[in-house]
Amino acid sequence: MKFADEFRDRDKARTLVREIETLADQIETTKTRPLQLMEVCGGHTHSIFRYGLEGMLPSSIELVHGPGCPVCVLPMGRVDDCVAIAERPGVIFTTFGDAMRVPGSKKSLMQAKADGADVRMVYSPMDALALARKHPDREVVFFGLGFETTMPSTALTVLQAEADGIENFSVFCNHITIVPTIKAILDSPDLHLDGFLGPGHVSMVIGAAPYAFIAEFYKRPMVIAGFEPLDILQSIWMLLKQIREGRAEIENQYTRIVPEAGNHPALAAVAEVYELREFFEWRGLGSIDHSGVKVRDQYARFDAERKFAIPNVKIADPKSCQCGEVLKGVLKPWQCKVFGTLCTPETPLGALMVSPEGACSAYYQYGGIKRSNTPEKEAVVS
Amino acid sequence: MCLGIPGRIVRIDDPTRKLATVEVSGVRRQINIACVIDDAHPVESCVGDWVLVHVGFAMSRISEEQAAETLKILTELGEAQAEIEAMRETAVP
Ligand code: SF4
Repeated sequence: MKFADEFRDRDKARTLVREIETLADQIETTKTRPLQLMEVCGGHTHSIFRYGLEGMLPSSIELVHGPGCPVCVLPMGRVDDCVAIAERPGVIFTTFGDAMRVPGSKKSLMQAKADGADVRMVYSPMDALALARKHPDREVVFFGLGFETTMPSTALTVLQAEADGIENFSVFCNHITIVPTIKAILDSPDLHLDGFLGPGHVSMVIGAAPYAFIAEFYKRPMVIAGFEPLDILQSIWMLLKQIREGRAEIENQYTRIVPEAGNHPALAAVAEVYELREFFEWRGLGSIDHSGVKVRDQYARFDAERKFAIPNVKIADPKSCQCGEVLKGVLKPWQCKVFGTLCTPETPLGALMVSPEGACSAYYQYGGIKRSNTPEKEAVVS
Repeated sequence: MCLGIPGRIVRIDDPTRKLATVEVSGVRRQINIACVIDDAHPVESCVGDWVLVHVGFAMSRISEEQAAETLKILTELGEAQAEIEAMRETAVP
């Protein structure tokens, strides 16, 4: 097995897998259907595939790959908005590399760049601010993207721009927030999840308390997990233990990074600069109440949405795309009609193919690692 | 961008703006350390500390051993190379 060859702590991993098997056998539910555990974070998805963790688990456990890759949930219309801003004369449009290849309805940012728009990849929003300093005659726009992990970085950059009196910098804020999204998933009728692997780095910022409702109201357990293979296995074991003992609690496996109370300076910066939007549109999941943030009035001059007229057109995903079903775990990636044919990592049709954190791209790249209970014919690329 | 990368703070550049230079696998760049500053860790004391860096911001403190292990896993995931490549563009000489 690929995993065992590469993984240093293979003994620990084997022991954990054995204990997971024992626990799974003791859980009544697994006699009639597999337990469904969702990993919320794209980093987990990537790690699970890279290390072939799914293939190590007993067939009574099914991992559902959740919506936690911020690039993968960008609707097409949002990419069109980026392109529209980028193509305005005088604008330097800056973005993380991850977003460059996400398809819009006409083009991606990469294609817009090839067509002459000044689109630049940056490592940090601070680099965008530095560009604004360097080019006072241009408007520098940063594409603010990501969950709570990256939200503080753009908030702090806006605060820095304010302190430095920089006028030609703004953020196109598309930050999204994880808690309402998990709630929307729990409310979705076609889904039966038995537990969650909580996102490690989002939780590093927000702490464990915001998840309490999952245990209290939905009676589902969650274990906040690190993204290393042993972290993930240990977290699955902790989830099974809760399920077997009939508990639903929010536990923290990733204590070395995640403080119970989150990161205070980060949360303070976010609260200062951003407020919740009434709703926000996600690819595949539709509109989710309070799932995005926008720049507060007080910082309006750093808000690209107010600085520029944004087309804000809603574009339906192509009919052949089944990203939504895959995101919710209703379909497996290879069951999408265009998987591996019209939609590949080189020519992605849906956003789940763009980043290695997307379930489709992960399946495509690491497809050799298959679940032992997967009928081969199903896994064959159609 | 979501997994971040471990780096070591090698110099404080601007205590008021909480800017520091961090070294990640031999590449140096300036980052913001506002989120890892508290009463127990004033700005001046941070040189030599290991932190987890997300898009140019230190978001968490980690131990040296954790840093090494995390870097190894990130390399296997192919994430470390991409992060370092992106950092190199804005590296501090
Ligand atoms: S194969 Fe492509 S279109 Fe189909 S769900 Fe995956 S990303 Fe979306």
